[in-house]
Amino acid sequence: MKKVYPYAGWLLLAVALLVLAPAVLSDFRLGLLAKYCCYAIAAVGIGLAWGRGGMLVLGQGLYFGIGAYAMAMHLKLADAGPGGVPDFMALYGDATVPGWWEPLRNGGLAIVVILVLPALVAGLLGLAVFKRRIKGAYFAILSQALAAAFAILLVGQVKTTGGANGLNNFQGFFGYALFDPANKRMLYFIAAGILLVSILAMAWLYNTRFGELLVAVRDGEERVRFLGTDPANVKLAAYVIAAVLASIGGALFVPIAGIVSPDDVGVVASIGLLAGVALGGRASLLGPAVGALLVGYAETSLSEAFPGSWSYFQGALFVLVILLLPGGLAQLLGLLGRLNARRGNSVSDHFLRGVPRGKQRETEVPRSASEEAAAR
Amino acid sequence: MTLMVSDLRVEFDGFVAIDGVNLTLEPGRLHFLIGPNGAGKTTLVDALTGLASGSGEARYRTRDLLALASHRIIRLGVGRTFQTATVFEELSVLQNLDIAAGVHRARWRLMLPRRQMPQQVAEVLETVGLTELAERPAGVLSHGQKQWLEIGMLLVQDSSVMLLDEPVAGMSAEEREATGELLRRISPERTVVVIEHDMDFVRRFADIVTVLHAGKVIAEGTAAEIREDAEVQRVYLGDTVAAVTETSTETGEEA
Repeated sequence: MKKVYPYAGWLLLAVALLVLAPAVLSDFRLGLLAKYCCYAIAAVGIGLAWGRGGMLVLGQGLYFGIGAYAMAMHLKLADAGPGGVPDFMALYGDATVPGWWEPLRNGGLAIVVILVLPALVAGLLGLAVFKRRIKGAYFAILSQALAAAFAILLVGQVKTTGGANGLNNFQGFFGYALFDPANKRMLYFIAAGILLVSILAMAWLYNTRFGELLVAVRDGEERVRFLGTDPANVKLAAYVIAAVLASIGGALFVPIAGIVSPDDVGVVASIGLLAGVALGGRASLLGPAVGALLVGYAETSLSEAFPGSWSYFQGALFVLVILLLPGGLAQLLGLLGRLNARRGNSVSDHFLRGVPRGKQRETEVPRSASEEAAAR
Repeated sequence: MTLMVSDLRVEFDGFVAIDGVNLTLEPGRLHFLIGPNGAGKTTLVDALTGLASGSGEARYRTRDLLALASHRIIRLGVGRTFQTATVFEELSVLQNLDIAAGVHRARWRLMLPRRQMPQQVAEVLETVGLTELAERPAGVLSHGQKQWLEIGMLLVQDSSVMLLDEPVAGMSAEEREATGELLRRISPERTVVVIEHDMDFVRRFADIVTVLHAGKVIAEGTAAEIREDAEVQRVYLGDTVAAVTETSTETGEEA
């Protein structure tokens, strides 16, 4: 039972995404769901880094943006044809393609960039940050500042990145015409499929010794150090995986949404990614993905009903979840499970495993030398 | 394997916490480290495990511990516990021990799940008496059981030097007794150093006692020898002796 429970949840989600949604949703709604799936892929990574690893990654928009812009640049170049110049460059610039754009003309290379570049950036950044034992709020602020800086950088480069308008008006996706509804459905299935696979990968990862070690680092970083493992390496691995997932989500977002702009990668977008994870339950397996899908859906429907009000709802949601339900919806399910168990039904509280109880404590450095000296 | 500490000095902003300590920590005996509050006991352990930086030398297996990062010191076989038991509360007892056992595993095996309970972990569970609780989250353990789990984590790492910071503080009488016996069982094959305040406990279990005062070693010997040492009586037991005398005088007057 204990082992089967989360997989049953996954199966349910798979049926909902792959069978139910395509059957009942209009093409327009399915396209929106595809967009939420992209956010959810990034959210799965945030679940790993934040929920299991305790790193409040406030700036995942940076990696989402790396993937998105790499894909967008490739699509623009592919649309322009061999040796061609993307339309907007002729408009704003001198109609020459910058050297650093050229490698992305090749589709295979673009995919390599989408997978490897965020890993490199996150790896270098993580090394610098985690080895210096920067953590908690300082890490959160730093990561958010980087996302903000990235967005500002993009805005400033009108000639090469489209500036505040971003990149848009894509015609094809690896040879498939994007205006064709059949291809849009295909994109939906790719996004939903990758989301489901990434959740499976997390299920496996959480079950490995690495998964256990990551939780140990979250709850007692210094203790891990004194068990002979450098916690920086463990955090680094989780952070890099989260970055790659965000990049994949970003890359898929571009052909689905048909646009990427600095608004999709900045501070607000980064917090948007986080909100779903918090709602769903950051430490649970399905929570981050389900939460991201729900928040995406809520954003659309609330924006339709009350235009311009979404950011207030989002802020309120964030506050409420963190205050009242720190384990997210997964915590609620766990509580229901326990109530059931008390009534005699044996429902495992597996959902709760790894969910921080109440507020998340950051285990202090065990009574250190300096403290003892200070006590005198 | 002997750990030789020579001329160890630890300074915090001009305050000398450890002032030229020479210490030989040998395997096969239960070594207690005592001293009044602020004598530098924990600082000494901190310095040996890379938590506080000190000068001098701490030679162990041809390496100088003072020059190594904490996790490398641990991998060399020098383990420690902390005053407040720090275990991973969300993880089960088994998972706690399994993570500690990770020092002996190849890194790539982190990418695999645990299929069964490792032999070593099962043995240690037996040794520290937590077999029944293996699947329980460590957070629900009693204070004493957490300390045992911490000792178990060092055992599963097969640390040849164990530095235990007040392992019996806050334990019940029976738990103390059990811990003392546990320490006795594990000390023959390794170097066990225990920081302790409770003199009764020290007297019952110590093979050798080192007394620290104001960052210096002022005496070393068996518990009996330490008790007779005039210097120790003055700086450490002096207060107690005075208090006891006072109390008995008061009671005498009342009677």
